Amino acid sequence: MHEYSIVASLIDRVQHEAALHGGSRVHRLHVKIGELSGVEVDLLKTAFDTFRERTICAGAELAIDTVAPAWACPSCDRSLALGAILRCDDCGRPARMVQGDEIILERIEMEAPDV
Amino acid sequence: MCETCGCGDPEIVPIEVQERILSDNDAQAGHNRSHFKGLGVLAINLMGSPGAGKTAVLEATSKAAAGRLKLGAVSGDLATERDADRLNAAGIVSSTITTGSACHLDARLVHHALHHFPSGDRDIFFIENVGNLVCPAIYDLGQAANVVTLSVTEGEDKPLKYPVMFQKADLVLLTKVDLIPHLDFDVAAVEDALARVMPGAKMLKVSARTGEGIDVWLHWLEERRPAAVDRPPEAHHEHSHEHQHEHH
Ligand SMILES: Nc1nc2c(ncn2[C@@H]2O[C@H](COP(=O)(O)OP(=O)(O)OP(=O)(O)O)[C@@H](O)[C@H]2O)c(=O)[nH]1
Ligand SMILES: [Mg+2]
Ligand SMILES: [Zn+2]
Ligand SMILES: [Zn+2]
Ligand SMILES: [Zn+2]
Ligand SMILES: [Zn+2]
Repeated sequence: MHEYSIVASLIDRVQHEAALHGGSRVHRLHVKIGELSGVEVDLLKTAFDTFRERTICAGAELAIDTVAPAWACPSCDRSLALGAILRCDDCGRPARMVQGDEIILERIEMEAPDV
Repeated sequence: MCETCGCGDPEIVPIEVQERILSDNDAQAGHNRSHFKGLGVLAINLMGSPGAGKTAVLEATSKAAAGRLKLGAVSGDLATERDADRLNAAGIVSSTITTGSACHLDARLVHHALHHFPSGDRDIFFIENVGNLVCPAIYDLGQAANVVTLSVTEGEDKPLKYPVMFQKADLVLLTKVDLIPHLDFDVAAVEDALARVMPGAKMLKVSARTGEGIDVWLHWLEERRPAAVDRPPEAHHEHSHEHQHEHH
């Protein structure tokens, strides 16, 4: 289950930011997960709850913002309906994903007297 | 003041990051990409379900390319070296990346394998990923292209069920097409499903058993090879890096 390896990378990153800012306890993490990112939100939560103990994230909350997929034509910007053929009706070009594959750490809320 | 959980601590601050969680893997993949470029090799990340026919396609590719192209491969394998043994027997210089319980390859594993690879003069370098239709697509390995094998025994709706894998594919190889006469497999249905998840959907029908379609696949690969300019041969272990590599 790759959600565990994503959580490991997440906690590493938080650790790094905490060191940079002289932070100690983390209260909350805000992440953005696209519905077409390949990451299951429920599994990510479970993995986080398991892994956070004895790390800087112990007791922290994981706030997940999910992002619905959207596709558009790269040349005329027309947006495509979900489930449609991924080709622009007007100009025939293959669609481009506008959003929906995010696996992003947005923000960390932590106790950091140095900021 | 902590505005979200109301704990009243005056020293809670928001730190803006706004970066991919896998940015470390992305950076490592970029590094791998520069190795591939320096070696003038076309790197292909070959993915697909367990048993979709990844190794068999490579065996057939080697047969068709014999004497024309020098092929290399690393295979992600949970516990055994079977795939690398098969590939070596087929004339592809190969090594195994033992993944243990990991269900995908990441850029670091590929980098390590690359630095221990027995040959530095390959034309095409295949990375046979762990058999899995979900997470291998999430990890950039530094490849030039993603190729997904889908066998005719898996059903036409696989692209709709595993859209992430197919959305990231540059090419889908429909494998084991020699079995179509024995199955009730609808090629048009899989093409339609692909067109809804894969922008610029491209699929080739191949059979490792009969060799059907392997020439077209080989042509697809050759078109993507980096132009053979006079590049100084990069000695595999001697190139200089600013950073340290752990060789274990
Ligand atoms: N009929 C037929 N069978 C095939 C073909 N290609 C592969 N097979 C069979 O499918 C099975 C799996 O093939 P592999 O090449 O080992 O598949 P793989 O994707 O490398 O498998 P893993 O690495 O274990 O995920 C084997 O029993 C092959 O004999 C084909 O073109 N036609
Ligand atoms: Mg295999
Ligand atoms: Zn258009
Ligand atoms: Zn708080
Ligand atoms: Zn995985
Ligand atoms: Zn390196």
